[in-house]
Amino acid sequence: MTRHRILIVEDSPTMRQLLVFALKRLKDVDIVEAQDGMDGLRKVTSDHFDLALVDINMPVMDGLKLISLIRGEESLKAMPIIVITTEGAREDRERALALGADEYLTKPIQANKVLQVAKGLLKLG
Amino acid sequence: MSEKREGLFSRAEEVLGLFRKGAEFTQELLRENERLRRELARLEGQQLAASDEQAWEKLRGELVARIESLEGERTDMLERLRAVEDENQQFTTRYIEIEEENNNLASLYVASFQLHSTLHLQEVLQIIIEIVINLIGAEVFAIYVLDEKTNVLSPVASEGALLGVFPICRLGQGMIGGAVASGETACLEGEERQPDQPIVAIPLRVQERPIGAIAIQRLLQQKDGFTPLDHELFTLLAGHAATAIFAARLFSQSERKLNTIQGFIDLLTK
Repeated sequence: MTRHRILIVEDSPTMRQLLVFALKRLKDVDIVEAQDGMDGLRKVTSDHFDLALVDINMPVMDGLKLISLIRGEESLKAMPIIVITTEGAREDRERALALGADEYLTKPIQANKVLQVAKGLLKLG
Repeated sequence: MSEKREGLFSRAEEVLGLFRKGAEFTQELLRENERLRRELARLEGQQLAASDEQAWEKLRGELVARIESLEGERTDMLERLRAVEDENQQFTTRYIEIEEENNNLASLYVASFQLHSTLHLQEVLQIIIEIVINLIGAEVFAIYVLDEKTNVLSPVASEGALLGVFPICRLGQGMIGGAVASGETACLEGEERQPDQPIVAIPLRVQERPIGAIAIQRLLQQKDGFTPLDHELFTLLAGHAATAIFAARLFSQSERKLNTIQGFIDLLTK
């Protein structure tokens, strides 16, 4: 049975815990947490992940920089990325999608929506 | 002489063959006759039945009763199918409601867990800020703490604007002071308000003791209004955030006192 590995890159522990709670409902998933963009980059380049959830406003390295670095890496080009952010403006959404994000969700998050989008990107029935 | 006899024998054989064929033909005729007799008897029987009006009527009655019974069964099955479909719809609706309830409980659990995960005031304030941004969806807000000696509420942490932007208020006065004094959340969602008035003022209280307030000035642009979960979170924050702030302040005071006492003891014993 294939297990799916999900990386959450988010500086807020509250938000990370909430996302873990939501994603744990998916079957056969391993969830790894990173507390900023740099930590996320380290983890994503040293391990295999099937999906990454990335916040935009983070210390050390922001989410947009992280996405552009991930998409610059040949082996990570196909990994789906969901942006979860407080930035609800259309231009922020367009910028993130242009950099290579697959989905853009705004806070406050709805666990059902996150699950639905994650399922779709992981191609789970 | 012998040729004549042989001729006679062969003639006799021929005649015998003819007799055998005749016997076989007769047997076949008899079998056919028997078959036709049976067929005739069957047709006569049917004709007899058809001619019997009472038997027909009985048969017709039985068939009509059977059709009615099948119709009844069909109607019954259709009703049951409809009932099952209705039940299924109810289950789906209930499932969605339970899912939502589950998500809300998870949010409340996470908020509560995080609030009580530390005894350091700055960390508690940071966690309250995270909850208000990530779970409620506020963009501009401040956390007020009450000075019990002066009864003044002062902003101690803010998001989206500098601390100085948020006015200091007195207990019992204005929207924030009134909310803290009464212990009731004041909400002006959808109502006209002054520019400096918050949309919502959530009092923070430990039992009947006022601790402070959270005043939300503006929501994130994608947030349309408050949901039932937000009101649950207001209630949770009113109690748990207040307890967390109160505990953190007590812990900080006890730490200071402990250090002072330790300093005295060190002074006396050295």
